[in-house]
Amino acid sequence: MTTRDEITAGLSEILEEVAGVNPDDVAEDKSFTDDLDVDSLSMVEVVVAAEEKFSVKIPDDEVQNLKTVGDAVTYIQKASA
Amino acid sequence: MSGLLAGKRLLVTGVITDQSIAFSVARIAQEQGATVVLTGFGRMSLVERIAKRLPAEAPVIELDVTNAEHLAGLAGKVQSTVDGLDGVVHSIAYAPQSCLGGGFLDAPWEDVAQAIQVSTYSYKSLAVACLPLMKQGGSVVGLTFDATKAWPVYDWMGVAKAGLESANRYLALHLGKQGIRSNLVSAGPLRTMAARSIPGFEQFEDAWAERAPLGWSLTDQEPAARAVLALLSDWFPATTGEVVHVDGGYHALGA
Repeated sequence: MTTRDEITAGLSEILEEVAGVNPDDVAEDKSFTDDLDVDSLSMVEVVVAAEEKFSVKIPDDEVQNLKTVGDAVTYIQKASA
Repeated sequence: MSGLLAGKRLLVTGVITDQSIAFSVARIAQEQGATVVLTGFGRMSLVERIAKRLPAEAPVIELDVTNAEHLAGLAGKVQSTVDGLDGVVHSIAYAPQSCLGGGFLDAPWEDVAQAIQVSTYSYKSLAVACLPLMKQGGSVVGLTFDATKAWPVYDWMGVAKAGLESANRYLALHLGKQGIRSNLVSAGPLRTMAARSIPGFEQFEDAWAERAPLGWSLTDQEPAARAVLALLSDWFPATTGEVVHVDGGYHALGA
């Protein structure tokens, strides 16, 4: 079982690699678009990288509901359970 | 090796996610025995991640179809992975936001020009860039969205597609002597990255699924991909300059 903190740390690595986000800025309450400036194409790559890192499938319809880092952590934790 | 495309060497442009029509083309082509080389644009790291999701990981060459150096270097780069090409798939289009979503009357020429360069002229550019690799003939296939009609929100992209449909006929005319066919697949609406960037795209969706005689799935790229592959195969040897509709039959109805 992966903890929320582990998932957040994994997402933080991905966000840094894909979108140049400073890992210090990543927290569960941060919005991908409004706080971290992740554009839509970067978000697509973040999702693809997260699918691989956590061995989960995140359908397109679900992606629009993942507004914050915390939303993504919750989804990934549920999907990998 | 067996399959519809056994031994074929194909260059496939336009993969950006696994929802891309081009991704389904590449996947099924491999399943049917083809060797696939991809080109990617803009976000190469994303295309490379997606290329790993194919049955066999495909090499990815960077190609901006508006970049003369990229075009001039393309044949050489392809040749470092395969010794020639039997088919080329053009799945490339772009228009600035001003050109879409109802902006027809206000879009400035510079934006329209970019839409036409990327979405129309590039069909010819790509084919010509690949000519040195198609000495034994070949098949070029592109993707259109029925440009015989005006659609809500499609605006200048519709004009670019009308140009593409004409360019397809001219490419057929000019490459026929070399045994190269040129055809387009006119697909119904599909929820790809390209569709997501058209504001108001959902206006097509419900009507299509309801009215098409065969019905229509907005999330199944396979019917369009299969038609592309059929046109790349040896089973349309005397067909060129054609537009094949893969739209559930929607285009055939008046109302």
